[in-house]
Amino acid sequence: MNWQALIPLIIMLIVMFGIGLWASRYVRTSTDFLQDYFLGGRSLGGFILAMTMTATYGSASSFIGGPGVAYTQGLGWVLLAMSQVATGYFVLMILGKKFAIITRRYQAVTLVDYLKERYQSKWVVLLASFSIIIFLFSAMAAQWIGGGRLIESLTGLSYTSALFIFAVSVLIYVVIGGFRAVALTDAIQGSIMFIGTLILLIAVIIAGGGISNIIQDLNAENPNLITPFGAEGNLTPAYVSSFWILVGVGVIALPQIAVRAMSYKNSKSMHRAIIIGTIVVGFIMLNMHLIGVFARPILPGIEVGDKVMPLIALETMPAWLAGTVLAAPMAAIMSTVDSLLLLVSSTVVKDVYLNYVQPKASHKKIKQISIGITALLGIIVFLFALDPPNLIIWLNLFAFGGLEAAFIWPIVMGLYWKKGNKYGAFSSMVVGIGSYILMDLLKIQPFGMHVVVFPVILSFFAYVIGSLATNNKMKLPATD
Amino acid sequence: MKKQKEDNRFKIANREALIGVGLVLFNFIWWFGFAYGMGSKDPSQYTYVFGLPAWFFYSCVVGLIVMVVLVIFFVKKYFVEVSFDDKGDDEK
Repeated sequence: MNWQALIPLIIMLIVMFGIGLWASRYVRTSTDFLQDYFLGGRSLGGFILAMTMTATYGSASSFIGGPGVAYTQGLGWVLLAMSQVATGYFVLMILGKKFAIITRRYQAVTLVDYLKERYQSKWVVLLASFSIIIFLFSAMAAQWIGGGRLIESLTGLSYTSALFIFAVSVLIYVVIGGFRAVALTDAIQGSIMFIGTLILLIAVIIAGGGISNIIQDLNAENPNLITPFGAEGNLTPAYVSSFWILVGVGVIALPQIAVRAMSYKNSKSMHRAIIIGTIVVGFIMLNMHLIGVFARPILPGIEVGDKVMPLIALETMPAWLAGTVLAAPMAAIMSTVDSLLLLVSSTVVKDVYLNYVQPKASHKKIKQISIGITALLGIIVFLFALDPPNLIIWLNLFAFGGLEAAFIWPIVMGLYWKKGNKYGAFSSMVVGIGSYILMDLLKIQPFGMHVVVFPVILSFFAYVIGSLATNNKMKLPATD
Repeated sequence: MKKQKEDNRFKIANREALIGVGLVLFNFIWWFGFAYGMGSKDPSQYTYVFGLPAWFFYSCVVGLIVMVVLVIFFVKKYFVEVSFDDKGDDEK
């Protein structure tokens, strides 16, 4: 066991507990438990908002394999990863003030609350809740497995004990502290990622003898590594560009991102978050993926992508510093898991239980149920992660694309197009998820683009046609 | 009165959303143009800036800096602070 590397990680976990305890004071004394537990009382400032957004984007990022794939593919994959810079400003600018005003007016606490008030349809609510629970639950299980593996490889503990440590640490601060604890820990974890990747990049450049040297080594090994086309030359412009939808503009529709766009205090926080978010996301993405590429000449022949970061850190830095820097990927996984856990729990409690099971639950009852469900979900995920069923892994693979295809138009058009109605929203969700699963199973990739592109286009037409076709039988109160 | 104020706030929100769309299009064109415009030739003919291939330097490194500057400029110059609450109005 490598204690020097382990101590910084343990310190980080202790700090997370502290934050959970501190945030739980707000939750205990709160007069509006739901708003406080699931949204932090809409009180986030600019810096925290930017960091919690960034840390959550990390989940979309893990979808593209990060530094491990950059190690194999070269600079072409860094180029692809840079499509994520757009998330830093796009999400908050598009959902922006309109979403903030309208969700406050609806007193919406979750994305589904917003859809419910906007479309006034039970079926939209049930379909939305169902997709969130299924897709995000699977995504979360996959992340727990990753967290368990990371602790396993750092400590030498068995996978089961490693997973147990991971589960207990996440559960404690999410269950007692709610959204405020999640956002604060995200802010710390985002800062660790920011500084950690910078230190590691510098260490790698020094170890490799300077940027020029590294690039020429790559060129000598395989010239494709320094082109935009990937190691085998098969990253086409159309394929790489389609990631602008999957991990760039499309993340606007991810429930865990959208919910953050209703949690901030005022316009000033939002403005600051746009600026800080763009800088931080761009910087982390560039550094993190460059580390992967630059690691190649220094440590050739790593076969498992996930091991690139830990190995290169231990190779280029003293153990205690490597441990501190390695808290970064750990932080990334934890901050994804905590926000997903809270989101699934809010969907179960707020969108399903309070809407359809027991609308008149008392304040105290809601509180018990929320905390209970969050804990229960955590335990279920733990059991799944111990011995992951194939279905979970399969669902996780298209969790993000599926949610994007389902929600992008009901959210965006719901805000900006008055004629959009429940029929449009419902057909858009069905067409989006349906065509995504179908095209994924049949491996249809028009023009060599990622599977997500076409379903997003199809669901747009479904939304417009569905809304227009039923226009004259709808007399809904418009949004403004 | 309420109608008037809201129209105004939503007009601001709509304009800011359009700025977002404009920025993303510009971002994409810059990124795509430099990457495939300069990177499509044979690697033996690449030029280098600070040791990085020129296509990568302009597309990803300079591209990021340009976007950060543009975002700061537009937010400071064109984004308006508005209240999010429907103050003094009925709650629902």
